[in-house]
Amino acid sequence: MSFNLIDFLLSFLDMTVLDYANEVWGDQPWLSPLLSVIYIVVIATVVLLLVFVVGWTERKVLARMQDRIGPNRVGGRYGMLQMVADVVKMMTKEVIIPAGADRWAYLAAPVVSLATSILLFAVLPLAPGVVGVNLPSGIFYVMAISSVSIVGLLLAGWGSNNKYALLGAFRAVSQLVSYEVPLMITLLVPVILAGTLSLVSIVEEQTIPYFFYVPLAGIIFFISILAETGRSPFDLLEAESEIIAGFHIEYSGMYFGLFMAAEYIAIMFMSALFATVYWGGYNFFGLEDLVLANGFAIGRPIGFISLIVKIAIAFFIFMWVRATLPRFRIDQLLDFNWKLMVPLSLVLLFVVVLLNKAIDVYAPGITEFGRMSIHLLSNVIIGIVVLEIMRRRARRKREAEEGPDAGGWRMEPVLAESDETQLAHAD
Amino acid sequence: MIPLSWYLLVAALLFFIGLFGVFARRNAVAILMGVELMLNAVNINLIAFWRFRTVVNPLAPPPSGWAWAIFVLAVAAAEAAVGLALIISVYRRRDSTVVEDLDLLQH
Amino acid sequence: MTFLTFLTSLTSEQVVFILASILTIGAALVVVTNRNLFHAALALMASFLGVAGIYITLDAGFLAAAQLLVYIGAISILIIFAIMVTRRMMQVSESPFNSQRGLGFFVAVAGFLIVAVVILQWFGGEAFAAKPPVAPAVLSNAVAALGVSFVNPNAFALPFIVISILLLAALIGAIYIAWPRQRIDPAEDEA
Repeated sequence: MSFNLIDFLLSFLDMTVLDYANEVWGDQPWLSPLLSVIYIVVIATVVLLLVFVVGWTERKVLARMQDRIGPNRVGGRYGMLQMVADVVKMMTKEVIIPAGADRWAYLAAPVVSLATSILLFAVLPLAPGVVGVNLPSGIFYVMAISSVSIVGLLLAGWGSNNKYALLGAFRAVSQLVSYEVPLMITLLVPVILAGTLSLVSIVEEQTIPYFFYVPLAGIIFFISILAETGRSPFDLLEAESEIIAGFHIEYSGMYFGLFMAAEYIAIMFMSALFATVYWGGYNFFGLEDLVLANGFAIGRPIGFISLIVKIAIAFFIFMWVRATLPRFRIDQLLDFNWKLMVPLSLVLLFVVVLLNKAIDVYAPGITEFGRMSIHLLSNVIIGIVVLEIMRRRARRKREAEEGPDAGGWRMEPVLAESDETQLAHAD
Repeated sequence: MIPLSWYLLVAALLFFIGLFGVFARRNAVAILMGVELMLNAVNINLIAFWRFRTVVNPLAPPPSGWAWAIFVLAVAAAEAAVGLALIISVYRRRDSTVVEDLDLLQH
Repeated sequence: MTFLTFLTSLTSEQVVFILASILTIGAALVVVTNRNLFHAALALMASFLGVAGIYITLDAGFLAAAQLLVYIGAISILIIFAIMVTRRMMQVSESPFNSQRGLGFFVAVAGFLIVAVVILQWFGGEAFAAKPPVAPAVLSNAVAALGVSFVNPNAFALPFIVISILLLAALIGAIYIAWPRQRIDPAEDEA
């Protein structure tokens, strides 16, 4: 096939430009490295630029939820350019390296954080046939890189020569290492359902999104990624009221900006991962494979838009949770993980493995929908049992604290208290 | 193309650097780091031999080099956990992690 | 062959290998010589990263990911925690080496030389043959084959169970050893 400019430009529209280049120049040795480099540059740039959009969206949505207006000055009525202004401000600030800091660790920390966040996007399938690299063990790659990102926090905490930074780093590491366990276990559930470690194959196997198979695992996964990205209600690692800002307290200027960008990029990727493994990724009722009669693969942009919408919904839930829930205490956080999330996710993994094998053995010809119903039923039963156990434990605890008669709802003495305050004001 | 000998030489160099660390360092944590380097060198050899020798077998055997490498990984993790627990315990009692100070059995 | 022609004759795979090896060896040298233990631990991480790169040139991407996950994500972090907990020992003024440093250096260099000679003379140069080609299907199937071999009684089922028990025992042992007991009376401890 020879090069044709119109076809080349059209191939951008339906996102088949990689296939097109392979068809035209496929026998050239320089093509594959060149395409890789271009893909890396484009993805890294777009992801970094998306930080502007995500940051602005978060501030605006949070403001609305808290009955404020949010940014509304810079860049027109909606304050669209607020983040641009912020970045310009950060760029012009001086980077101050604190006295007694471990210079190497201090300077390496933001770089490690940002690099690990961006590296994650290499395996994310964006649309049918559009993926950086289709690793046979893509999920494992994601786990590995996200475990390396902890190193950045440790470097920052140690290198800053500041006790709050060190405390923040300790908190961060104990939190991230703990919540990695349920995160990985619930990542294995889709792997077992799909029978592959490759993210692309997992997306293609999901004719029905796995969230409808195993909603409990999906919820645990979502809570774990909230904790993994250090978001409220798990934002102990940068709790302003206790340890000021945690590990990045000593960072100023654009070095702080790099940490912020790394955090937003990690949130974006984790939302995308959630959308990919539990909500079917770029799948959109089979439309994603649609090709028009003239060979225009209209399905790819549809799939891409469907993925973006799913990511946006997941990110909206992130913000919603942040605006709603107060922060955990550190012992509550670890208790919640080790006494509820880890055992529950292990049980879920066991049940999914056994059920999946049993379905394969005893009902090999079952439809996707039937398989989904069985898994869903098991999840509902597990959920009811867990809720019942938690209810009983909570009641026993309450009775131990308040005596056996103190069951049920009690009215707090709100009225009396407000009367007192009114009286106090009257005085 | 990369011949097998390159891998073996790098692994041997890494192993003996680790060995030097184990022999010559005073701090117990540093000795542990030397041991980790040696284990890594072993892993490089295991996987290099798998790639050059086993995998070309047309019967496609289980990737035994990988399996042993993963066992070494697990042993390294266990060793690091127990070793560091011991070091912390010793530090609590004797206020030192220098191995030369741990001479209670000699006196 | 001059150095320049050697450089231009390198393939991209060789470049990756050489860079990964330099990172591995250089960082390993920092690990065993640096006075500052924290920097040594950071260099240890860099060394592990280089080893992961070497795995990738050996078509073992799964193991490279496992290397990152276990060595950098777990073992190095554990080591850094231990360093932070025992950080009163981090006086940078005194020598990091003990009195055996000369002997240790001699043994290490001599051992490496012996092994290097053996490798270079091994089987009359078979060690210099090119990497044998492998069907891509075998490589992409290797992870699945590995998983099956871990539950196959004729392959690695027994070692796998033994390793699992070892890990569990190590975990319990580590928790037991490091658990802070009642305040230890030094006199009682000496007795």
